[in-house]
Amino acid sequence: MHFLEFEKPIAELEGRIAELRHVSEVAGTSITDEILKLQSKATRDLKVTYQNLNPWQKTLVARHPDRPHFLDYANSIFTEFIILSGDRGFSDDKAILGGLARFKGRSVMIIGQEKGHDTETRLKHNFGMAKPEGYRKAQRLMKMADHFGIPVITFVDTAGAYPGVGAEERGQSEAIARSIETCLNIRVPLISIIIGEGGSGGAIAISSANKILMLEHSIFSVISPEGCASILWRDGDKSKTAAESLKLTAQDLKKLGLIDDIIQEPVGGAHRSKEEVFKKVTEKIDKNLKELIKVEGGQLRARRREKFLAMGRIEKKNLSE
Amino acid sequence: MNWLTNFVRPRIKKLLQPREAPDNLWLQCPNCKEMIFHRELEKALHVCPSCQHHIRLTANQRLELLFDNKEWTEIQLPNVPVDPIKFKDLKKYSDRLKLAQEKTGMHDAAIVAHGNMGKINVVVAVIDFSFLGGSMGAAVGEAIVSAAELAIVQESPLIVIPSSGGARMQEGVLSLMQMPRTTVAINKLREKGYPYIVILTDPTTGGVTASFAMLGDIHIAEPGAVVGFAGARVIEQTIRETLPEGFQRSEYLLEHGMVDIVVHRSDLKNKVVQLLSLIMRPDPAAPILPLNKNRKSKLFESIKSSEHNSNSNIIDPSIPDTSLFEVDGNDNKN
Ligand SMILES: [Zn+2]
Repeated sequence: MHFLEFEKPIAELEGRIAELRHVSEVAGTSITDEILKLQSKATRDLKVTYQNLNPWQKTLVARHPDRPHFLDYANSIFTEFIILSGDRGFSDDKAILGGLARFKGRSVMIIGQEKGHDTETRLKHNFGMAKPEGYRKAQRLMKMADHFGIPVITFVDTAGAYPGVGAEERGQSEAIARSIETCLNIRVPLISIIIGEGGSGGAIAISSANKILMLEHSIFSVISPEGCASILWRDGDKSKTAAESLKLTAQDLKKLGLIDDIIQEPVGGAHRSKEEVFKKVTEKIDKNLKELIKVEGGQLRARRREKFLAMGRIEKKNLSE
Repeated sequence: MNWLTNFVRPRIKKLLQPREAPDNLWLQCPNCKEMIFHRELEKALHVCPSCQHHIRLTANQRLELLFDNKEWTEIQLPNVPVDPIKFKDLKKYSDRLKLAQEKTGMHDAAIVAHGNMGKINVVVAVIDFSFLGGSMGAAVGEAIVSAAELAIVQESPLIVIPSSGGARMQEGVLSLMQMPRTTVAINKLREKGYPYIVILTDPTTGGVTASFAMLGDIHIAEPGAVVGFAGARVIEQTIRETLPEGFQRSEYLLEHGMVDIVVHRSDLKNKVVQLLSLIMRPDPAAPILPLNKNRKSKLFESIKSSEHNSNSNIIDPSIPDTSLFEVDGNDNKN
């Protein structure tokens, strides 16, 4: 288990528990009471710590290397997942993966950013930072889903779109703009779940959805706290302050009415009990999908468009005063 | 209730007012450092006579450049939430806003105006880089949305002239949401069949290029303008290489297929008018008409009574416009 800086006291407790277990095994003496006491303290501390995470700590949890990534969800809560590759123009960008699958027997199109879990896979998936061909693949798959009347579920987990020479040359901006446009125009349900990092344009490109859900300790932001700190504070060390100012937590964004729902994580974060998180995510997809498939396609599209059109407009009523 | 009665009531006729400048004012070209006499610079439309560098213009200078007789009507934009996340860095965002307002005399970074361009009624939204780097928060989003709505009401083409560093960080995710928001507005305009032209000026990057600025029917760019998604510095830090010559400049974008034409400022208005006329006036004998796919019958009517139709592009606030709120109606047809 990889412990984060602020989890140090918990890590120490767990170390102590492991030590005691070892001693009790070797010596054959029973110190179960002591172990149980420590264990319940560790659980309590973990709970309290995670209930009071500040925005910067949430940022660290959202980026935790052991946190379940898109492929973990794809392979656990769906069946028959068949990866479909390529943008039909340039290449296959493995930072964004997608394909057909079944969810409780129903066909769905799932698309998500994959960060990878070790050096090899991180490189393969470019750390979840997509290039234009990734966003063009996403467009292709969303259009295919629209064509066949299949609901789309996207999983967002990216630091942002990849900043590179080739990406610019092939039209990173245009690819993101068209991906947003495709999200907004399809006539099938579109549910988006931010599972880790929702990084700026690279995130909104696949999450301009009917429903935007966020995991309890995920973040969604217009810029990374580090980037914001270096631009506005001219000091990269002010990331913690920037994270607080940006209102990037699920809880803040729900309050601001910019996302629709929060998915509760197990005590100590999604990485501590993946099965539990898969169960919670399954329940929320089920609930939202059941609601959305009842709505006619044109209405789905119109409602999605009106939802975004209203973001930033004060009620028309106020204007006539 | 009518959109126009709320938003367009104060009709401010803008007329060119000769700016007062001391007779001995000389300015330095930011590119070649040549000193240029201000009258000469104005005559050259703020293009450096010695190196052809296109100096950044204010929003009003942009409008002067394009509208016939330098005459237009600016519309009052709806209010937006001010400082939605109570943002504070070294300064309060609300103070930064006030400062920018005092410095520029603008309410926010974008203004929307309508008027004639080569006798064609056109709606223009322009973003001024000098207002907080032209960044897009709810107010700039609102400007683009209102401009698209106004173009639909006036059955006119829309021209957007961005210059922007991207999303306005100080408004958090609300600024990010302006990307889908403006995209919806542009889509609604295009579904009605009205032309949408983007004039990319220096610099246009980030969330602005990754939404409405890259969705034009036609993309025009001023020479040498920096247009891209990620900032050059960020890219350099990521790839740890020096960037190719002319990277993210208009000519480079043209070469890579991202813009249609690169046009010198002195030819900009002519090109825009020519393009609009080619799109909207396919038959030279016919009057200038909006291309309106959804209202074929009205189009034919207008052709029949073209003699009396010269005012068709002028809005009459007394006529309630129902088309604006038929949001769902269109969506269900196709
Ligand atoms: Zn010069």
